[in-house]
Amino acid sequence: MIRMENVHKAFGDNRVLNGMNLEIAKGTSMVIIGGSGTGKSVALKSILGLIQPDSGEIYVDGKPAGSGDRDKFLARFGMLFQGGALFDSLPVWQNVAFRLLRGALKRPAEEARDIAIEKLRRVGLKANVADRFPAELSGGMQKRVGLARAIAAEPEIIFFDEPTTGLDPIMSGVINDLIREIVVEMGATAMTITHDMTSVRAIADNVAMLHGGVIQWTGPVAEMDASGDPYMEQFIHGRAEGPIEAVR
Amino acid sequence: MNPLALLARLGRTALAGLAAVGRAALFALSAFSHMVRPPYYPREFFQALLNVGWLSLPVVGLTAIFTGGALALQIYAGGARFNAEAVVPQIVAIGMVRELGPVLVGLMIAARVTSSIAAEIATMKVTEQIDALVTLSTHPMKYLVAPRVLAALITVPVLVGVGDIIGIMGGYTVAVQNLGFNPAAYLKNTVDFLEALDIISSLVKGAAFGTIAAMMGCYYGMQSGRGAQGVGRATKGSVESAAVLILAANFVLTGVFFSL
Repeated sequence: MIRMENVHKAFGDNRVLNGMNLEIAKGTSMVIIGGSGTGKSVALKSILGLIQPDSGEIYVDGKPAGSGDRDKFLARFGMLFQGGALFDSLPVWQNVAFRLLRGALKRPAEEARDIAIEKLRRVGLKANVADRFPAELSGGMQKRVGLARAIAAEPEIIFFDEPTTGLDPIMSGVINDLIREIVVEMGATAMTITHDMTSVRAIADNVAMLHGGVIQWTGPVAEMDASGDPYMEQFIHGRAEGPIEAVR
Repeated sequence: MNPLALLARLGRTALAGLAAVGRAALFALSAFSHMVRPPYYPREFFQALLNVGWLSLPVVGLTAIFTGGALALQIYAGGARFNAEAVVPQIVAIGMVRELGPVLVGLMIAARVTSSIAAEIATMKVTEQIDALVTLSTHPMKYLVAPRVLAALITVPVLVGVGDIIGIMGGYTVAVQNLGFNPAAYLKNTVDFLEALDIISSLVKGAAFGTIAAMMGCYYGMQSGRGAQGVGRATKGSVESAAVLILAANFVLTGVFFSL
């Protein structure tokens, strides 16, 4: 469903993606792992068109990403950002129902609010959170609101950018379980980027290891531990020695 | 230093300056084009009207009243040197309406509105809220930039008009209370002396300065670098650019209106 072919992207002299190839089948959950600064977010943002690759092709359902009506294209996606990226100036329910209050998917405000509250309940938040502002919420609650916003318009494809960063292990577990449940329940295609191995095991059907701007290994999560790939093994076990240079 | 290296450095600086002007001009064109094309975001527009217009009234009013009062005192003291104290109403009126009203309101808006727009949008950029807008099928130029620029284009001339009146009233109060002017004669002289072109120029300057102030806030906010430092630089750059551009535009517009 999503295919990246020989994608290159550089920022000045820094070559971030160096011929990345990746395929994500429809209805599956792909987790991309890799160290900080290896281009995971760049890959994700390239698919959405937030960053333009220097060369290479990206296809969604066989069609080049970004071709045709951009609003229709983006309406198929939901995204949970690393820091939540909630709009400070809007109350929680308007954040969740943002897409339902304007543009092509616009609905009456009351209906949008009802949907927002239902989605908030789905991610474990009570209705009384709806009228609070993002700054009044804890980090874990902000992630949940971000998740509710990502699924509010029932997207076919959901991206998760470092969903557990900054959360305690218990809250990370809760978010991981929620992501897994929601993706299965909606039958959505999911792409997650993380360096949290607990998330990988909880969320992934398939795993891809990004290093040096290319995918070093990809396969089912069940085969990850026996991949035999030195990059994967070093990353999974968190070793300082190996092909991935660690600065001390 | 090697003369060629110096020349190259000068050339690079000039090119970088021209590129920056080009980027800002393209940004402004894009903002104007998004202003006239749907979808429109009336809620954001009315919010911007409130922030730029209504909430700026206190600072504009205070600036104008003190400036008008000081102007009356200065003109009276200066006029006394050649027995021309009687020109206070006329010069306060023309000084406030043609020049000080629009410029001071423009600079106050640059300080209050440009900085707040730049800091808000830059923070949104740093915290990925702009990316989030895009993924939610909302164009940041339409949602963030167009409503703010349009609100400033509409409200700053009104603020300038209010500032002009309050400034004149500041001069009137000082002249009547402290300098012994006859109230009715002061007002009559003010009204008789002002021409339509004075008022038109004041309002046109207000529209231009408001547009510059909001545009610079949005431009620097959208161009912001990462982190708190990026937000700080964007805010500082926006106010500096807005203030300089307002003063330059004032010079040009004064030339256009009064050298005809």
